[in-house]
Amino acid sequence: MIPAAFEYYRPQDMAGVLAILGEHGDDARVMAGGHSLIPMMKLRMADVPHLIDLQDVGGMSDIVVGADEIRIGAMVTQADIIDNTELRSAAPILREAALQIADPQVRYMGTVGGNVASGDPGNDMPGLMQCLNTRFTLIGADGEREVDAREFYEAAYMTTREDDEVLTAVIIPTPAGGYAYEKQKRKIGDYATAAAAVQIIKDGDTCTSAAIAMTNLSDTPIYSEAAGAALVGTSVDDAALAAATAAMLNDIDPSEDNRGPIAFKKHVAAVILRRAITRAWSRA
Amino acid sequence: MSNKMHIKMNVNGKDEEFLAEPRELLIYTLRERLNITGPHIGCDTSHCGACTVTIDGKSVKACTMFVAQASGSSVTTIEGIGTPDSLHPLQEAFKEHHGLQCGYCTPGMITRATKLLEENPNPTEEDIRFGMAGNICRCTGYQNIVKSIQAAAVEMSSAKEAAE
Amino acid sequence: MKDEVISRDDRVANLKGMGCSRKRVEDARFTQGKGNYVDDIKLDGMLFGDFVRSPYAHARIKGINAEEALKIPGVLAVLTAEDLAPLGLHWMPTLAGDKQMVLADGKVLFQGQEVAFVVAEDRYAAADGIELVEVDYEELPVIVDPFESLKSDVVLREDLDPNADGAHGPRKHPNHIFTWEAGDKEPTEEVIANADIVAEESMYYHRTHPCPLETCGSVALMDKVNGKLTLWGTFQAPHAIRTIVSLISGIEEHNIRVISPDIGGGFGNKVGAYPGYVCSVVASIVTGRPVKWIEDRMDNLMTTAFARDYWMKGKISATKEGKITGLQCHVTADHGGFDACADPTKFPAGFMNICTGSYDIPTAYLEVDGVYTNKAPGGVSYRCSFRVTEAVYFIERMIEVLAIKLNMDSAELRRINFIKKEQFPYKAALGWEYDSGDYHTAWDKALKTVDYDGLRAEQAQRVEDFKAGKTRKLMGIGLSFFTEIVGAGPVKNCDILGLGMFDSCEIRIHPTGSAIARLGTISQGQGHATTFAQILASEIGLPADSITIEEGDTDTAPYGLGTYGSRSTPVAGAATAMAGRKIRAKAQMIAAYLLEVHDNDVEFDVDRFVVKGAPERFKTMKEIAFAAYNQAIPGLEPGLEAVSYYDPPNMTYPFGAYVCVMDIDVDTGVPEIRRFYALDDCGTRINPMIIEGQVHGGLTEALAVALGQEIAYDDMGNCKTGTLMDFFLPTAWEVPNYETDFTVTPSPHHPIGAKGVGESPHVGGVPCFSNAVQDAFRPFGNTHTNMPHDHWRIWKTANGLGLHD
Repeated sequence: MIPAAFEYYRPQDMAGVLAILGEHGDDARVMAGGHSLIPMMKLRMADVPHLIDLQDVGGMSDIVVGADEIRIGAMVTQADIIDNTELRSAAPILREAALQIADPQVRYMGTVGGNVASGDPGNDMPGLMQCLNTRFTLIGADGEREVDAREFYEAAYMTTREDDEVLTAVIIPTPAGGYAYEKQKRKIGDYATAAAAVQIIKDGDTCTSAAIAMTNLSDTPIYSEAAGAALVGTSVDDAALAAATAAMLNDIDPSEDNRGPIAFKKHVAAVILRRAITRAWSRA
Repeated sequence: MSNKMHIKMNVNGKDEEFLAEPRELLIYTLRERLNITGPHIGCDTSHCGACTVTIDGKSVKACTMFVAQASGSSVTTIEGIGTPDSLHPLQEAFKEHHGLQCGYCTPGMITRATKLLEENPNPTEEDIRFGMAGNICRCTGYQNIVKSIQAAAVEMSSAKEAAE
Repeated sequence: MKDEVISRDDRVANLKGMGCSRKRVEDARFTQGKGNYVDDIKLDGMLFGDFVRSPYAHARIKGINAEEALKIPGVLAVLTAEDLAPLGLHWMPTLAGDKQMVLADGKVLFQGQEVAFVVAEDRYAAADGIELVEVDYEELPVIVDPFESLKSDVVLREDLDPNADGAHGPRKHPNHIFTWEAGDKEPTEEVIANADIVAEESMYYHRTHPCPLETCGSVALMDKVNGKLTLWGTFQAPHAIRTIVSLISGIEEHNIRVISPDIGGGFGNKVGAYPGYVCSVVASIVTGRPVKWIEDRMDNLMTTAFARDYWMKGKISATKEGKITGLQCHVTADHGGFDACADPTKFPAGFMNICTGSYDIPTAYLEVDGVYTNKAPGGVSYRCSFRVTEAVYFIERMIEVLAIKLNMDSAELRRINFIKKEQFPYKAALGWEYDSGDYHTAWDKALKTVDYDGLRAEQAQRVEDFKAGKTRKLMGIGLSFFTEIVGAGPVKNCDILGLGMFDSCEIRIHPTGSAIARLGTISQGQGHATTFAQILASEIGLPADSITIEEGDTDTAPYGLGTYGSRSTPVAGAATAMAGRKIRAKAQMIAAYLLEVHDNDVEFDVDRFVVKGAPERFKTMKEIAFAAYNQAIPGLEPGLEAVSYYDPPNMTYPFGAYVCVMDIDVDTGVPEIRRFYALDDCGTRINPMIIEGQVHGGLTEALAVALGQEIAYDDMGNCKTGTLMDFFLPTAWEVPNYETDFTVTPSPHHPIGAKGVGESPHVGGVPCFSNAVQDAFRPFGNTHTNMPHDHWRIWKTANGLGLHD
């Protein structure tokens, strides 16, 4: 499998990246680890006349764990997330999710930025970021802006990022309470049949806050506000679990593929979510 | 055809310089340009790991990296891991414990395992199975690969202790 | 000499002969990245060829325009059927007596079919050229269902006379290929009609693919100066390939050299002859330069060598006590667009007629209908001997279905129907004569080891707990007892394209007591260089470490039919032993001469000939080798060489008993293998380490096939499983540890009693994994569900049984 020829750029700073993007518009694509883009280029399903490699652009490889927020640069890899001990205690759900992405080699190359920006509905990070109410930092010719992860995804491979913008970082409000990232897949290296990210806060026996997002069950990640709301004020008993999963099922819109038909996916989505909530609650 | 670019990289300790199209995949650079044919191509889509090499300390599937990306890097392949007179303990262990059959996945498998043991010198069976899950073998059923890596880990740990 | 102080046990050990776990001699190069696979071959001036492939499953080709492609720098030629036709190479014969388009001749019959061959200076130019070849397709109605195919007005193979017989007799419909029968129809129907108990089941053994890690490929070099063609490639049968190339190209066989270098796994994928091989040869003839063709993984999964795709309908009858009285099987076999199945000529459905399994079934009848559809051709034996996997799956499922009908434990049902030890050699109802077996011993050992009764008790408790809402996991106990039929085969009934399925070994002993042996087979990971040297070491008394084994070069190796169907040990292994015995016979004469006694007064002992009754008087084989060349011996030619061509008198019949314990999450459909026990009886064991490795590997391929691996098409004939994202190859994470065990029942007709083992674990493993899944649902009313048992299909079974209500 051989990709079509392209011009390759390795700018040394963001200004250089933006200049090339400005010149070539949607004929240019930025690439971090390349593990989403390169297979598509090899299959000639992605046409990229101008490829901008971000590896020499500084400032996007740090994980900064602050008091209220965690900032993760777009070039931080899944392996970096798994290895970072500070992050592990501040937001353990990130590690739990990252370990379920692809395989070791891919995790060395696959970046947070690439995973959230490509808009591939199979990617795990977008749903996770929605669950954590993350903001994405985008930079373009007109400067920097932030977009809520929950507002970012429009359709498969379609996001609110403009063609001449680069996603540089994700900013995560430091999560509190219990967490779980639950994913069913056919094998290592597969996308989710269904996956659920849950972050939940418990006060005494009562749930005071819950955020729930689902992966690969629509053409975008699904943040199910209603599912979270169904848990708040409850003791996360059976009735609450049933209400939350029912609410989630209302929000997803899976399609049939080799992983199975729609009825199966919906059933598994409910099972996975129930397990994720139960696990998160037990950790809250 | 796009312009060729000037590439510099260190492969198995040797500096290499050449002109290449940026779209050349690193696996072909190694195999066809540099005649380093240990790493193989199995799936083309980054699932099988037969092309695994180590680049700047990371296990990487060389079928999913353009030579342009790898410019400036240090690459280690199976050919850089041991010598005929002094095999790496993993190479010895794979021979000893029947950790290979057709041999096609073996270079990628051993190359990946060197990195796994570097990061986790005393892995459990589960650590090995999880840490090797990016490498597919069609022949062995993995049981003897796991055994080989366990044996190499023990060997390397005791060699390290002896040295200390 | 220090021989006197070495004990006999040490002398035996020094040989590293049969029975020891000798380390593999192949591994030094493979562990250092120094294997030599076909894609490693690099020749001066080598070109690269690749295919324009059809995006449609059924279409007429109205035109091919290569003008733009030829403008790409580096693209030298774009070959089409029109270019190949004058050479008569636009079609090629298949192994099944059909013919197949090398390049699309007016139409395409499956998605991915080869339409044009772009030849370029490098693989980049070839890939760019492919993009620019314009093909004008007119889409035709697509048929992916063989039953629909037999009713359709759409004729797939317009090149065939609809009224003419096919390669295997009359055809019922233009899309019908053959009907093949074994056994007695009327008596079987009568037995079943009058039986106490009859169980019926229909099952689909889905289409899958052998998918070795190395894809297929070739490098052709036509040396026009010397008139010699050299062809390197991924060939499991290099000699057969040479003969085929000679027959279709007209180049005489002595001017063709076919070389199989190291092969990165075969599993049946590399038995066939593919358009890529032919095109690399043609392109080399046209350009006068070496031409390489290598498949990518999508090409491999979509075009070369599918396996299975059998729709099987069975009836099995028994007495109330469970004694089986009759078996009937009908198969609708989907062969795709061309009949390119790799089976012996007289067996268009392979050895499907081993489907009476390990049981004493007095009456049986099998009928198979082969059908064309718009799917890829192939039909290879994926890690099995010619359709044996299908046969064993069928009978092992029918046994379970019958056990349900009888309300009997299926382990017991097997036991009361096994062919008894004293019945061997056993003539089965569908024609085969089983050489040897001791099924009861193996079965009892297996059940005892796993504590079968304990497992059943645990399962019963689990069902109670499930019903009480205490767990959502069910427990399945998968059983299988299989009899393989391998080692094709006797030339009297086994040939491929008229080539008899014997095999061969040629041995040359060097003067200093080392040796080289060449065989007609070719290793793809089985470790022939290690094990064949062990056979020889035991036969000729020279250390295995002093014996080089060479295979795969038709200029040097003796003619043989190659490696597949577990035939290497049964056939070439026998040839090796027989050639070794010829060496030994001559060595005996030399020893007697040197010891100044009569030939009959010396006897072979490990590594020497000794004078009977005087063990201190001996000549070692090393000494004999030297004398063979350097001492004038009256009446004997100098030298010590032998060749043997072995035509086996019968197949060999390895068998085994497998048990799988599985937990199944009813809500997600996720299975978890808790335990897998495999007892194999492959007769004499040559290298236990390698046997165990073969078992691990075969079981893992069985796990894959049973639990998710398939080649699936949509209604338009689009292949939905073209990459390793969707085509299931398990990783280390998905695979359990296996427990292996054995009994030894040597083959009575094989020179060393060996039966072959490489494919047994696959053949026996698939039904065992499948039975475990089905057994978990048996207490809730399940009788049969089709593989692959991936998550959603398991879930569907649970759902259908009301377990989610």
